Amino acid sequence: MAEIMYREALNRALFEEMRRDPTVFVMGENIGERGGSYKVTEGLLKEFGPERVIDTPLAEATLTGAAGGAALAGTRPIVEILFVDFTTIPMDALVNQAAKFEFMSGGQGHVPMVLRTQGGAGNGLAAQHSQSLEAIFYHIPGLKLVMPSSPYDAYGLLISAIRDDRPTIFLEHKLLYMTKGEVPDEEYGIPLGQADIKKEGDDVTLITYSYMTLKCLEAAELLEKEGISVEVLDLRTLKPLDQEAILQSVGKTGRAIVVHEACKRGGVGGDIAAMIMEEAYDDLDGPVLRVCGKDTPIPYNLELEKVCIPTVEDIVEAVISVT
Amino acid sequence: MSKKTPTQKAVKGKGPSKSISEKLLLQMYRNVYATRQFELKCMDLYRQGFIRGYLHPYLGEEAIAAGSCAALSPEDYIVSTHRGHGHCISKGADLKLMVAEILGRATGYCKGRGGSMHIFSKETNNLGANGIVGAGIPIATGAAMGIKVRKGKEVVLVFFSDGAANQGVFPESMNFAATFDLPVIFMLENNHYAVSTPVECSFGNCDLACKGEAYGMPGICIDGNDAMAVYETTKRAADRARNGEGPTLIEAKTYRHGGHHVNDPGLYMDQDVLAEWKARDPLEVLAGKVKSKKKRKNIEDRVESELKDAIEFAKQSPQPSVDEFLAGIPNF
Repeated sequence: MAEIMYREALNRALFEEMRRDPTVFVMGENIGERGGSYKVTEGLLKEFGPERVIDTPLAEATLTGAAGGAALAGTRPIVEILFVDFTTIPMDALVNQAAKFEFMSGGQGHVPMVLRTQGGAGNGLAAQHSQSLEAIFYHIPGLKLVMPSSPYDAYGLLISAIRDDRPTIFLEHKLLYMTKGEVPDEEYGIPLGQADIKKEGDDVTLITYSYMTLKCLEAAELLEKEGISVEVLDLRTLKPLDQEAILQSVGKTGRAIVVHEACKRGGVGGDIAAMIMEEAYDDLDGPVLRVCGKDTPIPYNLELEKVCIPTVEDIVEAVISVT
Repeated sequence: MSKKTPTQKAVKGKGPSKSISEKLLLQMYRNVYATRQFELKCMDLYRQGFIRGYLHPYLGEEAIAAGSCAALSPEDYIVSTHRGHGHCISKGADLKLMVAEILGRATGYCKGRGGSMHIFSKETNNLGANGIVGAGIPIATGAAMGIKVRKGKEVVLVFFSDGAANQGVFPESMNFAATFDLPVIFMLENNHYAVSTPVECSFGNCDLACKGEAYGMPGICIDGNDAMAVYETTKRAADRARNGEGPTLIEAKTYRHGGHHVNDPGLYMDQDVLAEWKARDPLEVLAGKVKSKKKRKNIEDRVESELKDAIEFAKQSPQPSVDEFLAGIPNF
């Protein structure tokens, strides 16, 4: 068991899967010699060569469409799109093509591709490089959606995503790449669709994912000192959604707050809150709340950026308001 | 500056080659004839209420699919379009499963989930028709990339139209394919209309084949109504792709014999030009090259009986089970 960074965990998963399966390959912009902007593909070119570590022209629509085609032709492509903001360019390839091929073809065509990208604010990158766009993919039948929060999860979920036969959006967070955590030396996969209780508690459930998991854990620690016992449920994959884990936790605590960085309006939190209301109304001791990003493009200025994203204090206040 | 598209002076191929065997000629004739009959029968079925949604006949363009698929091996891939019945037939699809799909039946290629615009046939390496104009171009490019990664020998041929040639993914994909010497053939079916918009109203340069050279590959303009010219050009492009020399753009000039889809009378089309193209009907052009009338008749009889059986099969086939469909929706 070694303590490694989130980006190193992802890098290790890529190395291992490419060694295991010669049909696995990566492509994207500046992922070869440069190793990607966040160094996730570092070293791959040297071991696997330019035939399987492909630095492509700057053309996200074709790059992503090509991944779908390569998958249909019997390989397992992993595409890196530098920012989730840029996934608006290849939307046809994802929404109309990759997501639908298995269905439209009556099960004849499979698209085992992974699209790795990263989102989130916090680095002063302003409105076109800081978004949290998971709700777009969450809404599309046929796509899987993974958003790990720890190095342990990042490794195990990427292994599973690569082996999965359905197109998977693997959404990382730019503030997580340098975070550290323990990752076992042996190979393991984490099933897609399995949430994880990152901290057990009795009074309220924080349902969250990706970077917000860290903020929820911080809030939980502060609240613990106030005598409030908080359970932090990290969804890890949004699609498939681990509905059972959510309902089980809410059944225990009777209170639920969904926490995510993305805008509240039309966000994943609204869907999860509604699902809890539909399925577990009788278990609830109060309204399901949402602590989410503001409905605004992300500004450049540090102080302005800060107020757009949920803080630990926001989470603490929300918990106090329902307990 | 004249932007008039050279409809009448469609560039001729090199003429019939002695290298085309009778077997290939008959195969192409079968596919052109089968596509023609298939489309006419489907239009009848549409009007009788058996088919819902859209139906885009390939009438008048049949020689492109028949000629190009004859130059491919069964393992080679094609990527098709919304006007895809001819591609599907020429790549060897089972007419029964095609009609059943177009009628939305459980026995169809896609279990009734795709319909005319989404027929996919794994057994013939047809990666599917596509409802999004131009979307097949990057898919084909990627399939070629995948083949290269797994060190395969197959070639990918993607059909698309002049309309699709205005989508951004077309130049992007040509650049991709040329950059990596991918085994892909871009078969641009220039039928002169994007729905109702004529080529000369949507291109600054109506010489579409020249785009190939701009992106680093040969761009060849041929008469798309001449199946033999299409075969020969595709054969050269396929050899080139298989030898690792990279992609080719082929612009095959042709003309729709009617409107955009079954319910579009195509009144915006220049009737004189249409008459000129109809005078060079791809079916007639090819029929003129099959010397034995008896062999032609045999083919025609066989196609008609096959098609009759296919329609009967489709009509007798069950509708998809709603319960089975609902049970199959993954709980995401």
